[in-house]
Amino acid sequence: MSQASSPTVPVVASKNQKNRGGETLENPKFIPNHSGRRMREYAFRAVIVSATLAALFILIVLTVNVFKQGLPWLDQQFLTSFPSRFPERAGIKSAIWGSVWLGGFTLLFSVFFGVGAALYLEELAPKNRINRILEVNISTLAGVPSIIYGMLGLTLFVRIMAFERSVLAGGLTLSLLIMPVIIIATREALKCVPDDIRLGAAALGATKWQAVRDHVLPAAMPGVLTGIILAMARAVGEAAPLIMIGALSYVAFVPESAFDAFTALPIQIFNWTSRPKEEFHALAAAGIIVLLGFLLVCNSIAILLRLKWKDHRR
Amino acid sequence: MQNQALWSGSRKFQKLKESVVTRILLFCAGVSVLTTVGINLILFLESFWFFKEISVSEFLLSTNWAPLFEPRHFGVIPLVTGTLSVAFGALFVALPMGLGIAVFLSEYASPKLRAVVKPMLEILAGIPSVVYGYFALTTITPFLRSISESVEVFNAASAAIVVGIMVLPTIASICDDTMTAVPKSLREGAFALGAKKFEVVSQVVVPAALSGILASFILAFSRAIGETMAVTLAAGATPQVTLNPFEGIQTMTAYIAQVSMGDTPHGSIEYQSIFAVGLLLFLMTLVMNLMSQYIVKRFARRYE
Repeated sequence: MSQASSPTVPVVASKNQKNRGGETLENPKFIPNHSGRRMREYAFRAVIVSATLAALFILIVLTVNVFKQGLPWLDQQFLTSFPSRFPERAGIKSAIWGSVWLGGFTLLFSVFFGVGAALYLEELAPKNRINRILEVNISTLAGVPSIIYGMLGLTLFVRIMAFERSVLAGGLTLSLLIMPVIIIATREALKCVPDDIRLGAAALGATKWQAVRDHVLPAAMPGVLTGIILAMARAVGEAAPLIMIGALSYVAFVPESAFDAFTALPIQIFNWTSRPKEEFHALAAAGIIVLLGFLLVCNSIAILLRLKWKDHRR
Repeated sequence: MQNQALWSGSRKFQKLKESVVTRILLFCAGVSVLTTVGINLILFLESFWFFKEISVSEFLLSTNWAPLFEPRHFGVIPLVTGTLSVAFGALFVALPMGLGIAVFLSEYASPKLRAVVKPMLEILAGIPSVVYGYFALTTITPFLRSISESVEVFNAASAAIVVGIMVLPTIASICDDTMTAVPKSLREGAFALGAKKFEVVSQVVVPAALSGILASFILAFSRAIGETMAVTLAAGATPQVTLNPFEGIQTMTAYIAQVSMGDTPHGSIEYQSIFAVGLLLFLMTLVMNLMSQYIVKRFARRYE
């Protein structure tokens, strides 16, 4: 515990020594300077409290602005119409359905591969070099910018596999994007399951996989689900990789198969925001309300799951 | 002895099942490796074609970026400086604020207040980047323009501020975590010597948590570099080297997005150029992320 003493605790005394050059270490005259230091304490508090308030203020300004602009445009016509050159006729029907299709594919692929990879790495993999490399690889993948995943999707799914600019290509791209997130969250949840459960199952003759399937995974489920939901929330709001695979186009129909072209909520919002006309900004705001509403539902479910999990463990 | 019916002693079948399942799961884990290989392969391969036409030194050293019109120039420096100016501007906003918030949360806020503020920060982190782009364009830019007439509609400052807001929760939550992990005994030791709270924070807690704080800064910087939608919307599409934050610039990500939004034929030099820029972007973020992981591992202090 030598480190415990290393931070510069006795600074109050030493500073005063420096100020009064004639003193020796054996005879420091301690100047408490109470009022000055108290003032600095208050100033410091004011600074950090205002930093926190500023962040909350930004959140409020953002929400209020979006609602002020978008709410008048948010009606049934907006939800059930296709995009249009005329703001008063434009809507987000194709964007909503596009996002639903994308979300479905993303959920399917990313949960299967993400949870599978996490189960392997955390429960079944021998602790050898190859698996350590796998781990480093996953944490590195989590930091790759989303637009790079878009380039991968463009080349791999759109061109090489020839899925064209379809909702399937989009879903696969987003799956790759959020897989590391799901893997990391699932592993964290699995780590929290006490070893007693694994040992107990093994003692009763269960194989490793039986123990994982019947006991460990169910015990980790709330954490796993929380991770999946948060990752999905990210996928649904993501626009850059979809733009890379060429999803930014005028789509006035609802996708009916995996190979149909699509648009999605964030892309439609981007499209409207990038237009100079004021009315389209209002449409973008209305779209944002729908998107944020969806994300809010996702996050609330995640928080509820987390709370339930905490109760469960106690 | 009802349970005896459930007991199937067939060890052989179990073993087979076990190995099949393990292999399937191994394949799942392998997909992440394939992703890494795929990203590297694609970026290097397409860049290779690009660098056959344009020399690496011209790409990295020349300061004229005009890829879409004749005469074409492929000097990436304007895009890099654009990206860096937005990223540094974002850190300029997010560092003091993020650290301040983290200190407030870990040292000053009561548990009750903390339970309210922290989820709100998480909301800030969960907002999609295209929404921040909207916010920059419809709120921050008009605000900047109301201060000074000379601010352009698309400008680096607005993008930097909004990216700063985006990475703020990253910094705040990582710093908060590392500062909370500093053991109480250190603080109490300092208090016992008569230190005030801000002295404890600035001279004991922050130095003890320095590795995590540094790592969060680097991570935030790497996020800022890779950010696409907000920057594309707010910063414009004028690749130029400028020190004036109120002029339009173009970042690397914005260029990639711009080309992919147009009708660029596969195999053309513009199409290949986005992969060259993407490769540079990938390498930059990779170095940053590895650095931040290394700092956490190497310099993290362990307290018992």
